[in-house]
Amino acid sequence: MSALLIKNLKKVYQGGLEALKGIDLEVEKGDFFALLGPNGAGKSTTIGIISSLVTKSSGKVEILGIDIDDNHSLAKKKLGVVGQEVNFNQFEKVGDIIRNQAGYYGLSFKEARENTKFYMKKLDIWDKRNEQARKLSGGMKRRIMVAKALVNKPELLILDEPTAGVDIELRRSLWDFLTEINHSGTSIILTTHYLEEAERLCRNIAIIDNGEIVENTSMQELLTRLEVETFVFDLEEDINSLPSIADYELKIENPRKISVTIKKGQGLNEIFSLLSNSGIKIASMRNETGRLEELFLGLVEPTIKETEHGYH
Amino acid sequence: MDITEQLRALATIIRKEVHRFLRIWMQTLIPPAIMIMLYFVIFGEIIGSRIGKMGDFDYMQFMVPGLIMMSVISNSYSNVVSSFFGQKFSRSVEELLITPLPNYIILIGWVFGGVARGLMVGAIVTVVSLFFSELTVVNWPLAIFVVFLTSVLFSLGGFLNALFAESFDDISIIPTFVLQPLIYLGGVFYSITLLGEPFKTISLANPILYMVNSFRQAILGVSDLASLGISLNVAIGMILFFIALFSSIALWLLNTGKGIRS
Repeated sequence: MSALLIKNLKKVYQGGLEALKGIDLEVEKGDFFALLGPNGAGKSTTIGIISSLVTKSSGKVEILGIDIDDNHSLAKKKLGVVGQEVNFNQFEKVGDIIRNQAGYYGLSFKEARENTKFYMKKLDIWDKRNEQARKLSGGMKRRIMVAKALVNKPELLILDEPTAGVDIELRRSLWDFLTEINHSGTSIILTTHYLEEAERLCRNIAIIDNGEIVENTSMQELLTRLEVETFVFDLEEDINSLPSIADYELKIENPRKISVTIKKGQGLNEIFSLLSNSGIKIASMRNETGRLEELFLGLVEPTIKETEHGYH
Repeated sequence: MDITEQLRALATIIRKEVHRFLRIWMQTLIPPAIMIMLYFVIFGEIIGSRIGKMGDFDYMQFMVPGLIMMSVISNSYSNVVSSFFGQKFSRSVEELLITPLPNYIILIGWVFGGVARGLMVGAIVTVVSLFFSELTVVNWPLAIFVVFLTSVLFSLGGFLNALFAESFDDISIIPTFVLQPLIYLGGVFYSITLLGEPFKTISLANPILYMVNSFRQAILGVSDLASLGISLNVAIGMILFFIALFSSIALWLLNTGKGIRS
């Protein structure tokens, strides 16, 4: 059974903007799925329709095999959503916000209290339970959003840019937490602008652009399509010139940093030994851009350029 | 959701709403008490003593049911309109929309939140009025019934206003330009029988007239209803009709997503 099944989903907003042009999407149960796309591509509209914040124009959406048109209530029971923006009353106490959310799902007072405590502890916000939410940092508010989305123990969790604007420490702790709940059986759909995040967490990916799915495959399969990859090497000592190494494109970024472009099929071991033989000692290395980022730009670059030039 | 889950969800919404207006009691519970006190001092003590009797009652006694009703109406309305629009504006209404809650539970929850504030303010105003006037209630069950129905009706009105509102201006237009004139012209401060034609007939189109006079009938045992040839049953029937109408419209709007879904 699929965690999410979307068939020929269309959305035309008032004014005629065609946000979704009949997309098809399937997310397997237990998957950690990335839904990527540039701004205005249709990601949030898709999530809005799944979570019933947006009314679809046509098409079909099933959550865990339940059609949202046939049994809207049961379908939504299985769903948790972390929205893109803070969407709770910030004048309320943190504990009340999460416990009330459990109440909206019809959980008993005891169950609501237990789930609230469990997820607040998991997300390290238990000691903030009696504080007004507005007094907390952006990162803490994000954690409240995640706890709120999980308090009914959903089988499908959708996160719309959950780590936007949060510090690295929190981002990494959220990654670990999401991985943990995914391993415990919760299917997760993630949208993010941090492609490193999607590459690290997700097994399957769809890229949406201009209201259409332009790619839908496994992360592994997508990454194997990279034709070239650029690595940055930090050096132990300054260099003034580069040795001539056939088949590799080398460039000095600064006296302590060089970049190397490696084609598909070429290995890193070879370039390491060639540089070492030339007396260049490497201190550390990293991708110039994320691997997924390069592929992503290749798939959606025309749209991004049009947007930058104001055509959209 | 089964019925137990729905009742738990309803209790959560009502508890949250009551907690909200109690948290800001300085804005929600105290101002009506002060305002009513001023009405009693100015219209009751200072001007009222020169007006003399209104029927068989002192002007102060005549005013009390109207002022209680005025507080209930305006507070029930403003509680729901400001709370629900606030949730729309801050997008925290999404908390509810993503849950399996049926729309009627959302509506009932907010309406009961408004009723809770309306009745609480009504009780405060009643206590305040005891300092200025003798209050003998002729028919308690009728008084409670009328005040409850009125509070439900204006909570529904506030909900509809919040659904349509797109800015904070939109939530003050109806209370200022529609509700307030209807209250003041609905027989709170005077008997409709004092009006000449055509104002007397025009006043019959004001639904608040029926509520104020039904409540006055329950409190004092007399009202304008009899002299206008309207029975109490008709007056209450009017309130029930508007409740049915407003709830149907509100539910239809919720089901179609008006004002809350894209």
